[in-house]
Amino acid sequence: MPDTLKFHFDIDGSDFSSAGAASVMVKKKLRQLAYDPEIIRKVSIAMYEGEINMVIHANGGTADVEVSDEEIVIILSDKGPGIPNVELAMQAGYSTAHDNIRNLGFGAGMGFPNMKKYTDYLNVDTVVGEGTTITMKVKL
Amino acid sequence: MTVNEICERIEASVICGDASKNFDGVYVGDLLSRAMSHVEGGNIWVTIMSNVNVVAVATLTEPAAVVLAEEVDLQEDALKSAMENGITLLSSPLSAYEICVRLHNAVSEGE
Ligand SMILES: Nc1ncnc2c1ncn2[C@@H]1O[C@H](COP(=O)(O)OP(=O)(O)OP(=O)(O)O)[C@@H](O)[C@H]1O
Ligand SMILES: [Mg+2]
Repeated sequence: MPDTLKFHFDIDGSDFSSAGAASVMVKKKLRQLAYDPEIIRKVSIAMYEGEINMVIHANGGTADVEVSDEEIVIILSDKGPGIPNVELAMQAGYSTAHDNIRNLGFGAGMGFPNMKKYTDYLNVDTVVGEGTTITMKVKL
Repeated sequence: MTVNEICERIEASVICGDASKNFDGVYVGDLLSRAMSHVEGGNIWVTIMSNVNVVAVATLTEPAAVVLAEEVDLQEDALKSAMENGITLLSSPLSAYEICVRLHNAVSEGE
């Protein structure tokens, strides 16, 4: 196996129907590589939540996943509106999702709590009006 | 107990996928981020959401089957995605509550 495996995805912000596709792809790759199902579950949940957030809150972005011997790093980057109050946004139940989004099943305000719960490291780098970059790590 | 074995009990028809799989445990809920962290592999997930995002969550959490309650209309892109990803979808006219009661009874009797 090579030292580091890298995946890059462009996440379309206008298409709710393909939302989650990058996470599904990463899951399939990790499955093929026979990673521990618990690790795959953590990475899938955390990445899905971040991917969906970029689609519903930030009009899309990019996802980069790096797999090394020690950890899986997920970097999600968008040029959306940014998050004015990260502490608030991280709270369980906090959501600014509009009704049309809620009707699709989003808006529980559990995305960030899930990302935190299922990763060993979560950093949110955000500037209002410029965008958001989220870095997550899952230890192997 | 297999998914097939409970189909009749919950008046469900199989929309797509393999219903011969065993299931263990049930989760009911429609909020995707909740389902994401609570649906365990091999569960039955009962929901009234029927869009493609449900299929994405199922693809990542791997329930034995997703039961669409109240015979909600499945959207075409959702069906396509479910078939591509090997998701087992059932449709039942019953409410989520009624489905859960009957699943509980079926499992209790089966023990
Ligand atoms: N990439 C992003 N850009 C801008 N705002 C974001 C971004 N991600 C999250 N947010 C903000 O943080 C809030 C909380 O996000 P979180 O994922 O926890 O909940 P949600 O997306 O609203 O609902 P859920 O994830 O449960 O469907 C969002 O409602 C939104 O206001
Ligand atoms: Mg979210």
